[in-house]
Amino acid sequence: MKRFSWDVMMSRYPSFFAFILLAASVLVNLALQPNMFAKATLNSNMRVFLPLIVLAAGQAVVILVGGIDLSVGGTVSIVNTILATQVGLDGSPEKMWQYIFVSLAVGVLAGLVNGFFIAYLRLQPIITTYATSFLYAGIALFILPNPGGGIPAKVAEIYRSTTPLGIPLAFYVIGVIFLVWAYVRSTRYGRYLYAVGGKAEAAYQTAVPVTQVQFSAYVVSGFMSALAGIAITMLSGSGNAEIGSSMTLNAITAVVIGGTAMSGGVGSVFGAVMGAITLGVIQNIVSFAHISTWWETLVKAAIIVAALATPGTIDLLRRKRS
Amino acid sequence: MKRISISPPVAALILAALLFLLSGLLPNGYGSNVSVAIAQATNIVRLAVFLGVIAAGQTLVIISGFEGIDLSAGSVVTLTAILVYITVKGNNHMVLPALLIAVAVGALIGLLNGVGITFLKISPFVMTLGMSGVVTGLILLINHGNVSGKVAPIMTRVIARPLAPGIPIPGAIVIWLVFGGLMWLLLERTTFGKNLFAIGVNRVTARLSGVDVVGMNLATYTLAGALTGFGGFLLVGNTGVVFIALGQPYLFPSIAAVAVGGTLLSGGKGTYWGTMAGAIVLTLITSLLTTMQMPESVRRMVLGGTLLVLISIYGRQRGFRQ
Repeated sequence: MKRFSWDVMMSRYPSFFAFILLAASVLVNLALQPNMFAKATLNSNMRVFLPLIVLAAGQAVVILVGGIDLSVGGTVSIVNTILATQVGLDGSPEKMWQYIFVSLAVGVLAGLVNGFFIAYLRLQPIITTYATSFLYAGIALFILPNPGGGIPAKVAEIYRSTTPLGIPLAFYVIGVIFLVWAYVRSTRYGRYLYAVGGKAEAAYQTAVPVTQVQFSAYVVSGFMSALAGIAITMLSGSGNAEIGSSMTLNAITAVVIGGTAMSGGVGSVFGAVMGAITLGVIQNIVSFAHISTWWETLVKAAIIVAALATPGTIDLLRRKRS
Repeated sequence: MKRISISPPVAALILAALLFLLSGLLPNGYGSNVSVAIAQATNIVRLAVFLGVIAAGQTLVIISGFEGIDLSAGSVVTLTAILVYITVKGNNHMVLPALLIAVAVGALIGLLNGVGITFLKISPFVMTLGMSGVVTGLILLINHGNVSGKVAPIMTRVIARPLAPGIPIPGAIVIWLVFGGLMWLLLERTTFGKNLFAIGVNRVTARLSGVDVVGMNLATYTLAGALTGFGGFLLVGNTGVVFIALGQPYLFPSIAAVAVGGTLLSGGKGTYWGTMAGAIVLTLITSLLTTMQMPESVRRMVLGGTLLVLISIYGRQRGFRQ
């Protein structure tokens, strides 16, 4: 009976393991940092995690349809440099809102370019988005060759310390992501996403508009990258063309830890969000565990590999026993 | 009706030759000075050797299919280069043991990748990405900020310098040609090669026709790691110094070189000499942009744009059809 339920949980809810992992890492973190759930600590943690959470949510949609988007970091950087150079440290909040719209448009445009090459020209996603990642990173560096500029402190403050009803802003954003995803999943489009990721050829033969669905996934990813770029700019308050470069691979790791299969067709945005929080919490654990600086990278990477290996190991052990 | 088609490696080489000829017309190009042109061409090919050798392992795992990719290649290069550096300590007689260590450590990391991918069912992308983190952690641990060591004079003599006073061809190019020949033998004239393409095309049919898919997968990742270790050995012989970010810049170019060389990223089809051509094209473009004294931003944009154009020409996948 026990075996039955575990297998059902794992196959029916791919993010089930991600949830266990998140709970475990939160518990460890709580042991090391007892005030973790204090309002100020929670808020300062969540506002740091939010950019990656948003990025991972977008990446999850692309990976679900069997693609990958390596250009998201570049888009984050473009948005950051646009805001930092166009709004400026002494800009007005109105100007900030205007450029937030510009940023979102730029993100969608970046996604349109990826989607066009991958869905319509049928290029391989990994190498296409690798090429566009260079393109986007180059554009960001062109806009802002040296770190500098920024956004008004007043605007950054909104992001950093808004806690409506005592709950950090990040939780509202996550709530919106969850609601939208829950809705999308119930629509025809949501089922198309899974169908295309599962087997594109078969989906095509059952009249699923494969090309359009693939195209849309990259646009969603571009839009979410722009949101992540806005979030990280409001977090840091300053401009740096390299700000997004380290985020791409982290977002992909978050998606996979969240139970989404790289081959597509299995997984969810819920899982990706949990995966991104887990990555942030692991970082917290490593820095609170008083590990010597030289060991930090190794310990963190080892935890991540262990997390990736656990579902497979459990599976292997179970099969051996039966 | 016969369609005129040029194979990707040939197309890449023609492009390289054309670009090189055009580069002579640049203000600071070689102009009509033939000996300078030859020296420049030789130097570009010499630089391409390291990317080419590092991309050899990448070629194997990509041909093996099943989303095969090795994202740990960059950090493995750095690790093995550092190991060679601290083992040799300037002694000629330590070169051979150091080479063995580099290849063995590379193979071990490759084997771990293979185990994670084959038995624990972790997707190659995240398994090797996680491994890359672990190896980076190891590097920091060994390195502790600085390493003391030295390459042996014989390494510089054989790898970086011209063969003989009268022959201006560096040893690295000769090593690469021999290496390329061996890779050709491996892929085209051995059972391993035949099985590799078989599992790349379709794992199920390969297994049903008697190929040991699990063994092949392990062997491929192990061999790829060993080749990458050899790449680290060559690289440190050329640079003469090591630093933490030595290998990372070779990671994504090694995948791009494979793609530009016409190897399908979905596996089952490819050649090593295509990868060699791809490595030359990428090195040529990078060094041309450097010679033209373009700012970093423009360099990235042009590199990304060129890559997009290249893969648009022959990297297209088959369209869907009823």
